[in-house]
Amino acid sequence: MSRFRLSLRERPASEPPLTPWSFDLLCLTMAFVLGVHAPHLPWWLTAGLAVVLVARWQQRRRGGRHTPIWIKLPLIGLLLALVILTYGSLFGREPGSAFAVGLLVLKLLESDRLRDARVGVAFAAFALMSALLFDQGIVATAIVAAGVVPAMMTLRALETAGPRVPSWRVELPPVLLALLVSVPLALFAFLFIPRLSSPLWGAPTMDRATTGLSDRMAPGDMAEVLTDDTPAMRVTFDGPTPIASSRYFRAFTMTRFDGQAWSPGFGGRDTGTLEGQPRIHYRVTLEPTRERALPLLDMPPDAPTDAMLRGDRTAVANQRLEKTYNYEASAVADYRLDAALDPLARRATLQLPDRVGPRARAQAAAWVSQYGGDALAIARAALAMFHDGGFRYTLAAAPLGRDRIDDFLFGTREGYCEHYASTFTFLMRAAGIPARVVTGYQGGYWNSLGRYLLVRRADAHAWTELWIEGRGWVRFDPTGAVRPERVTLGAAAAAAGDGGGEGLFDAAWWRSTRDRWDVVNQWWNQAVNGFDSLRQQGLLQPFGIRRADVGDLALVLAVGFAVLVVGALGWALFQRREGDALDASMQRLRRKLARAGVSRRAGEGPRHFLARAARALPEHRNALERLSEVYLRSRYAHDKPPPELVTEFRRGVDELKTRRVVK
Amino acid sequence: MQRITAWAERRLPSLTRLRPREPLPIQLHRRRIYILPTGFGLAFAVLLGVMLVGALNYANNAALLLTCLVGSVSAGSMLVAFRVLNGLTIGGLRAGSARAGETLRVFLDIGASQRERVAVRLDVEGREHVVVVPAGGSVTVEFDLPTAFRGWQAVPRMRLHSRWPLGMFRVWSWLHPDRALLVYPRAEGMGPAPFEPQGDADRGRPRPGDELASLRDYRAGDPRRLIAWKPSARHHSLLVKDMEQPAPQEDWRLDWDSMHGLDDETRISRLARWVDEAHDSGRRWSLRLPDGYFDIAQGDEHYHRCMTALALRP
Repeated sequence: MSRFRLSLRERPASEPPLTPWSFDLLCLTMAFVLGVHAPHLPWWLTAGLAVVLVARWQQRRRGGRHTPIWIKLPLIGLLLALVILTYGSLFGREPGSAFAVGLLVLKLLESDRLRDARVGVAFAAFALMSALLFDQGIVATAIVAAGVVPAMMTLRALETAGPRVPSWRVELPPVLLALLVSVPLALFAFLFIPRLSSPLWGAPTMDRATTGLSDRMAPGDMAEVLTDDTPAMRVTFDGPTPIASSRYFRAFTMTRFDGQAWSPGFGGRDTGTLEGQPRIHYRVTLEPTRERALPLLDMPPDAPTDAMLRGDRTAVANQRLEKTYNYEASAVADYRLDAALDPLARRATLQLPDRVGPRARAQAAAWVSQYGGDALAIARAALAMFHDGGFRYTLAAAPLGRDRIDDFLFGTREGYCEHYASTFTFLMRAAGIPARVVTGYQGGYWNSLGRYLLVRRADAHAWTELWIEGRGWVRFDPTGAVRPERVTLGAAAAAAGDGGGEGLFDAAWWRSTRDRWDVVNQWWNQAVNGFDSLRQQGLLQPFGIRRADVGDLALVLAVGFAVLVVGALGWALFQRREGDALDASMQRLRRKLARAGVSRRAGEGPRHFLARAARALPEHRNALERLSEVYLRSRYAHDKPPPELVTEFRRGVDELKTRRVVK
Repeated sequence: MQRITAWAERRLPSLTRLRPREPLPIQLHRRRIYILPTGFGLAFAVLLGVMLVGALNYANNAALLLTCLVGSVSAGSMLVAFRVLNGLTIGGLRAGSARAGETLRVFLDIGASQRERVAVRLDVEGREHVVVVPAGGSVTVEFDLPTAFRGWQAVPRMRLHSRWPLGMFRVWSWLHPDRALLVYPRAEGMGPAPFEPQGDADRGRPRPGDELASLRDYRAGDPRRLIAWKPSARHHSLLVKDMEQPAPQEDWRLDWDSMHGLDDETRISRLARWVDEAHDSGRRWSLRLPDGYFDIAQGDEHYHRCMTALALRP
């Protein structure tokens, strides 16, 4: 007797080489991975790897097997060198993924056996996932998920099914079906896998600066932002939507000016006093900014949850916003902020760099002597100058010289919000009016289908707040003086010159399509990307658990898994009973008769058994004889029992009512 | 160890190779189908874990969703693997004939009731056979078994297994059919022809018969009906048809006791050679064994009866 042993080792000692079909699928999988990584790889790396991939595929097609080592080694060395030269390091999100994709494609060069192909597919799955670290939009996710199909098909192809020719028509549907069937389990796991409240190790840093607002503003910096059409945030309002010209979302205020750029500086001692009604309640879904600032509409009376309100009434979140962030806030539309200005704040908001803008200062001094201390009159005079002084709104402003204020005011006279806000604030300060620059978003696009306001990065805006005696901080938008369309229609429309002209991309069909698409994006951002530990904790609220902790979630996860697994096992174990409908009816008849005291003996044929039953149960004698006849006829007179006889037999069994006998 | 073995034998008969013999047909069901991840499956699970931690760490829900999907498909492949074997019926087992030392061709039927099963692998004696079992039908696996001795030979333990569909799980069941295959005795290489009781006395001498052997000149006394008239017309003399009958092949009377001074195995292999020769040359033969007698006959049935008797000599 042989020794007890679990024998699980692979039987064939030497693996056969890959079939052309599996190698093709492997190449396809690798090509897919390369494709989804292409957007952030250097173009020459993508092209080079694609060439390697196609060359290897061709070589293998012609019957070539091995790639000589003198080709493989230099290629790996080259890849290593290129990645390090390009990124300066091998670690981190970008160089790491470039290196991984490169290695994956080079792995094809030595993929001749089952094992190589399996390793390749496994790491391809990993590389697919890592592509989502760069873009987790709905389209990117869908494309990456589609990459699972060739990967799974490759794995299937590696298993010799038997002697038959594989084809897409035969191999594709089972994989798609398997993916489809797996969706419930995947969704369930997605919902209930406990999220980490804080990362285990450093979250990836964006090596590339994202366009967006920053807490530094120099005229001319924002041009890239103003042409960036990607969504910045989406806002739903509880009540009526504010009109376009009053949708000012404040993100940063800046008080310090060094002659070149504005930066935050001293923002106010405490949260100043805010008076006013009514309030507007709204909810914001903010795209990742990698900053902490939360843009808030107008003046917020208090901070959103998990955020802090600064002295200048801008809000900062407790952590950098690495992912989609949801928050609720309210705004006071008609407000009085800081009716009395703190002396420190007054000094900070009057500060001006020396030797900058002498002509602008002279202009301010002229206004002061003309209007005296009437701040409103001076502001109006400045706005009138912007409006009538030959200023032009353009996103392609001429570069400014050393003195940005004078150069703009008396030289180029063209620019966009940054130029106007910066210069206006300078003028006001020079005239002795406390002023600060505010950046944030203005306007937005009302998506009537989804009933929300879509604010794009292009809606970034800069304006000015002046402290007016008796009214506190008041918003002035000098850009609006030059081109009012900027305030009502947006930067692009304002820059277009004529303003509001319906170009091809503003056609109605395009707009509605875009609306719909943005609704999908919004849904994806809220439901999937914005599904964080906070939302997860609220998942069990309908079941009475207010804040589900990890234990609760794990319990639900375990129970749900058990339910799903039992269901799946049921499917796997289910086997149709051998036998047909006639047998099933006969079984029922047998049980009925057994209950009445006549049980079928081993080795007893149906005719004998039913005859015996008819003798034992005289009251059913006719029925049983008829049943016996029908059974014998349908079972033995035909190859297959005819359906009408089967039905008759079943009905007969149904009608037979036996009484339980107690012996 | 012995207790563990005994326990395993009792509780997990299919897991171990110690499963007692069982009569055919064997129906595979969940109690005797085992499943474990393969090395690749384990490695893939580790990789999925890394993906999961990565996605959670970066709070990347799209990546998490993808990881869940891949994990779910992988887990589901376990059930698909199970269904490859579940409900298979190992039915008929037939074998050709072989003499000891030759390989014995064995035919094993594997049937499926409803679904088609692909990538079903049968391991026998270190060889692997991959088959597709059609839905509602059966497939016959042919394999060769080496033989060493005459007599009954047990069917070895066989493993039916599969890694379908993704190669991440291996599902298997041990088969040990309660069936013996008969191996005929080895025939000796060369040796004497059997003793023929009539001797060589009249061998080679033609006897009158029905076949035309040759034409010869007329001799006095030849019957008239033998004269070949037509050829004689072309000749100067009368020609006579010389008819003869070939000497009939003698029936062989093979007798265990006719060999003296030989041990049993040699006698068996010599008798086996004689039976083979007789069968091959279309001769009739009888076989006398110490415990039985097969009367003069010929043909396959007679041959197999004799060989079986020889194979089963104690």
